[in-house]
Amino acid sequence: MTSAALRSRAWKLLELVTTPLLPSDYLDLVSPLRAGADLRGRIEAVHRETADAATIVIRPGKGWRGHVAGQYIRIGIDVDGVRLWRAYSVTSPTNRADGRITITVKAIPGGKVSNHLVRHAKPGTIIQLDQATGEFVLPATKPAKVLYLTAGSGITPAMGMLRDAKLTDVVMVHSAPRKEDVIFRNDLHDLVADKSLTLVELHTDTDGMLDVAELHRLVPDWAERETWACGPTGLLDAAEAHWAEHGIAEKLHTERFRPTVVVAGEGGEVTFGKTGKTVAADGATPLLNVGEEAGVLMPSGCRMGICFGCVTPLKSGAVRDLRTGEITQAEDSPTAHVLVQTCVSAAAGPCELER
Amino acid sequence: MTAIDPTAHLTAEQIEELGRELDAIRDEIIASRGEKDAAYIRKVISAQRKLELTSRGILLFSFFPPAWIIGTAGLSVAKIMDNMEIGHNILHGQWDWMRDPKIHSTTWEWDHVSPADQWKHSHNELHHTYTNVIGKDNDLGYGIMRVDEDQKWHPIHLGQPVWNFINACFFEYGIAAYDLELGKNLHKRRRKNPEFRARAKAVGRKIRKQVLKDYVIHPLLSGPSFLTTLAATFTANLIRNLWSHSVIMCGHFPEGVQVFERRSIKGETRGQWYLRQMMGSANISGSKAMHFMTGNLSHQIEHHLFPDLPSNRYAEVAVKVRALFEKYELEYVTGPLPKQVFSAWRKVFRLSLPNKKPKVKTPDREKELVAA
Repeated sequence: MTSAALRSRAWKLLELVTTPLLPSDYLDLVSPLRAGADLRGRIEAVHRETADAATIVIRPGKGWRGHVAGQYIRIGIDVDGVRLWRAYSVTSPTNRADGRITITVKAIPGGKVSNHLVRHAKPGTIIQLDQATGEFVLPATKPAKVLYLTAGSGITPAMGMLRDAKLTDVVMVHSAPRKEDVIFRNDLHDLVADKSLTLVELHTDTDGMLDVAELHRLVPDWAERETWACGPTGLLDAAEAHWAEHGIAEKLHTERFRPTVVVAGEGGEVTFGKTGKTVAADGATPLLNVGEEAGVLMPSGCRMGICFGCVTPLKSGAVRDLRTGEITQAEDSPTAHVLVQTCVSAAAGPCELER
Repeated sequence: MTAIDPTAHLTAEQIEELGRELDAIRDEIIASRGEKDAAYIRKVISAQRKLELTSRGILLFSFFPPAWIIGTAGLSVAKIMDNMEIGHNILHGQWDWMRDPKIHSTTWEWDHVSPADQWKHSHNELHHTYTNVIGKDNDLGYGIMRVDEDQKWHPIHLGQPVWNFINACFFEYGIAAYDLELGKNLHKRRRKNPEFRARAKAVGRKIRKQVLKDYVIHPLLSGPSFLTTLAATFTANLIRNLWSHSVIMCGHFPEGVQVFERRSIKGETRGQWYLRQMMGSANISGSKAMHFMTGNLSHQIEHHLFPDLPSNRYAEVAVKVRALFEKYELEYVTGPLPKQVFSAWRKVFRLSLPNKKPKVKTPDREKELVAA
């Protein structure tokens, strides 16, 4: 018998001993980052970058497959006891000697996860991870001339790329409200001193917002450069229009921050993903009834919010608890869906249920 | 259906006001649910796993009497923790708000022969929705006992103290059987129903796994301690069964707890539903350790009012709920475990005999009970 087969036999035997739990449930108690475990990470340090941004150093579990500079990861962290998932760009180079990775987070007003990470994250905390993903990366053959057009925390994927690959001709146009709001300012100026970066630093509180149409004044050869842009929607829309106008749309790569704030309304279109049905629902009818009336096979139980027999994954959008008015939003992750009690939840804007 | 309705002094308006006050208590807890609560359940789960592993480890040497005693005691406590404070409460969805897929009512499985999904149906949907409604709530006498004077007496009830004791010893099997609604489904016509057969198969699989673990694999791993480990796991299961049966009997059987007829819950309002939960449940008083070992089902009244609030918060809820009982002049049935167990057993014995003075029943009501 091969050793792999032997191991699998031994594992099966262990499962008979640990039933109804799995051997991994016990191993997780002592070794949450081991090979074969769900992918997790341990926060090892938190470095303040600006008043409202911090870099989180994470030791990923053994299952981490690495990343390509510019990619992002989704992390699941417990905030006030509730597991929330968000996506952040990896800001460490791919070849970091100690195997750690970093993400850099800017606290956005009202942002539960970003504020928690920047202000309350503690070394030693175990977090959930997804493998790195994203198309906002440098191509395998490095372009001769590069422009990074960034604003605010949009600098994070660009920093991941800057730190990773030594390129000969790199220009960055970065906007932030004030000097002290510029994340990685020291690192950027080190790169400038090192002559590996040409930096145009704009402080929009005093300099005003960047007018993309005037970019040629700052970077005369902008049109020749392969450009990566990341920042607020306004900047990206303007950049896409400008590049398209000059017929060089293929030279521009953008990364949009997915809006995590869902505008909660009263009622909305409810989509039942598996059945492929979409129906309009008001803000007072339980989703369970909406689904049943639409002929969707909905699990149900007590129909009063106590038995949890009706819980269904919420894939997108928001729902309102009819008892408390509390809004629950879908998570920004393809693997971690919030489960909602359909018998006491109504649509709060458009939403999709997995039924 | 006691002769005197202990809620007769309340007006419809008062009942709805009571409902609103209870809603406010619930909202308060939900608004303050957070990191501390999450840390609590994780700590309990982790402690249970360590205790179970250690106890089973010690039992590998159960040939030595001290190892047998310590290992059996530890395993009994671990099994009780798994079923009560952890399993029962997670399967109620009390911890679903944490959004941790590993501690969730839809993914959890417990050290019990009844598969979690079947138990959730009969317990969460039927028992908690139709609490103490004769004919609707299988927990009432588990379908094998007479628990109220208004239930028709039959000579078979003479044996109910014996059935109840046997049920207590093998309680997890009793629960699996009534989650399957065996009594109803063993009728010839229903036996072949594919849905029932699928569920029966699932129970069979679960029983096989549980038996294999406790009575084959673990004793085999103990080598020369095979027989003593077998005795230890059997004892631990027995202790767990007797304990959980006693706690659960105390929840709805002691004297003073009301039962309801089917008709009385037609068109029930939220306030009336709350009131039925208040009158249909009884608490156990005692120390923190007692509350913990009962899975906080010692706060049965609070649990029935708010089955999905985290169990570690029932103690603080109880203070407020008790004040409402006083305000509305209702009887809060509670007492120490031995007293409540005795009271429940006395009822089982008393109702095994026919009523002393048969009550006059309207033909209509008779029909209702026969239908039930």
